[in-house]
Amino acid sequence: MMNNAVEIVGLEVRRGGSTVFDGLDLTIPRGRIPGLLGPSGCGKTTLMRSIVGVQRIHGGRVTVLGAAAGSAGLRRRVAYGTQGAAVYGDLTVRQNMRYLAAVLGVDRREADRVISEVGLSSHARQPAGSLSGGQASRVSLGMALLGAPEVIVLDEPTVGLDPMLRADLWALFRRIADAGTTLLVSSHVMDEAARCDRLVLMRAGRVIAQTTPEALSAETGERDPEAAFLTLIARDEAAHAPSRRGRRGEQGEEGRR
Amino acid sequence: MTPRRTLATAARVLAQLRRDPRSIALMLIAPSLLVGLFAWLFSDQEGVFDRLGGPILALFPFILMFLLTSITTLRERRSGTLERLMTTPLGKADFILGYALAFGLMAVLQAVVTVAFAVLVCGLSVDGPLWQLGLVAVVDALLGTALGLLASAFARTEFQAVQFMPVLVFPQIILGGLFMPRDQMPDVLHAISDWLPLSHAIDAIQAVTAGTEGWDLWRPVLIVGAFAVAFLVLAPLTLRRRTP
Repeated sequence: MMNNAVEIVGLEVRRGGSTVFDGLDLTIPRGRIPGLLGPSGCGKTTLMRSIVGVQRIHGGRVTVLGAAAGSAGLRRRVAYGTQGAAVYGDLTVRQNMRYLAAVLGVDRREADRVISEVGLSSHARQPAGSLSGGQASRVSLGMALLGAPEVIVLDEPTVGLDPMLRADLWALFRRIADAGTTLLVSSHVMDEAARCDRLVLMRAGRVIAQTTPEALSAETGERDPEAAFLTLIARDEAAHAPSRRGRRGEQGEEGRR
Repeated sequence: MTPRRTLATAARVLAQLRRDPRSIALMLIAPSLLVGLFAWLFSDQEGVFDRLGGPILALFPFILMFLLTSITTLRERRSGTLERLMTTPLGKADFILGYALAFGLMAVLQAVVTVAFAVLVCGLSVDGPLWQLGLVAVVDALLGTALGLLASAFARTEFQAVQFMPVLVFPQIILGGLFMPRDQMPDVLHAISDWLPLSHAIDAIQAVTAGTEGWDLWRPVLIVGAFAVAFLVLAPLTLRRRTP
């Protein structure tokens, strides 16, 4: 039994002429909710795309559940929810779910079960494009739940939602993770760090810390995750000052991406 | 690739089309209206519509299916749904053939409606059997669908797909034999037109309307079919699971 959900060694990715990752190493153990946090443009989406195997990479190795990322055997075991709900807006919630269920070879009843699990039974006949932002996120999440994957990768699933909806969605994430699924969630809102079980803090294409919410506040002496993250960045800058200078140009590019 | 996934994709594309009455009207009604306009334009000139009506019947379905197919598949690339699908067991050929089946079905309906309108309402005289005209119209529309699927692989935005029109479509119209019989063209252009699928589509239509039988009819039909199949085989090869 493989104990790591994700193992990344020496990952190199370039996008649009700039370097996103220049030899990134990262191991994410299996289970619960690991959070991928960092400012916009730090490489969260590129990292997630590499993990689900849709990112063209230029070096290194990405292993998910013991197999090469994106390999055929993983396509039922790993699910991906893109940034911004990737649903067919002109189809109903049920049509969206049933199509993906057919692609995955999952029973239609499973599609209906997932619709009720994400709390959309009363909207099942509504076109996905007419749903509110929170409801659309739930459709996207539901599509990721189909077929009971072992690892679910969700890119900024709560971005732009009000606090109530975010709390609802996190309660749902918690239920899914408690059932044994590894739920890798990204966010640029540091408040969400407190809700994760483990944290991967990223900045400018590098992992600057792997910690837990408790250890983060204990180590930095900051109760507020935002302030704790800023403290870590300041330490990171002090530690990497000489090596950072040479890469400044590239990082500027990334920030604007 | 599995039949289940291909058919599920085709059914999904058709379900999306059902909610898009404008596209349905564009596919099923617009070609007839354009053919009607053409017939009306030449209503006082004996024999002109009988000469040009056939090629027009090849042209409009080809252009419309090209545009609709390439833009619809691009929408899927842009919305993130294709990226999600590429992380699932769905094969690249499932995706392309699903679209081809859905739009192919629309192409069949389009051909039936347009041919019926051209013959029954506009009085296009056809010496060959009507089913042959219908068949050729279907193959021509499938050609547009297949070319649209292939072209969308090389475009990143809907706007870029439209930019393919002057490059991929207009030269085929000019050299297709509609404005000048192909055997009267300068040698170089004639040679080029031999390599353009629309030329053979127009040849096939003209063969049916003239009542030609045998190889002279089926040769261009087979060539158009071969082009369509080649485009459909190439299209999944250009689709990438991993993108930059």
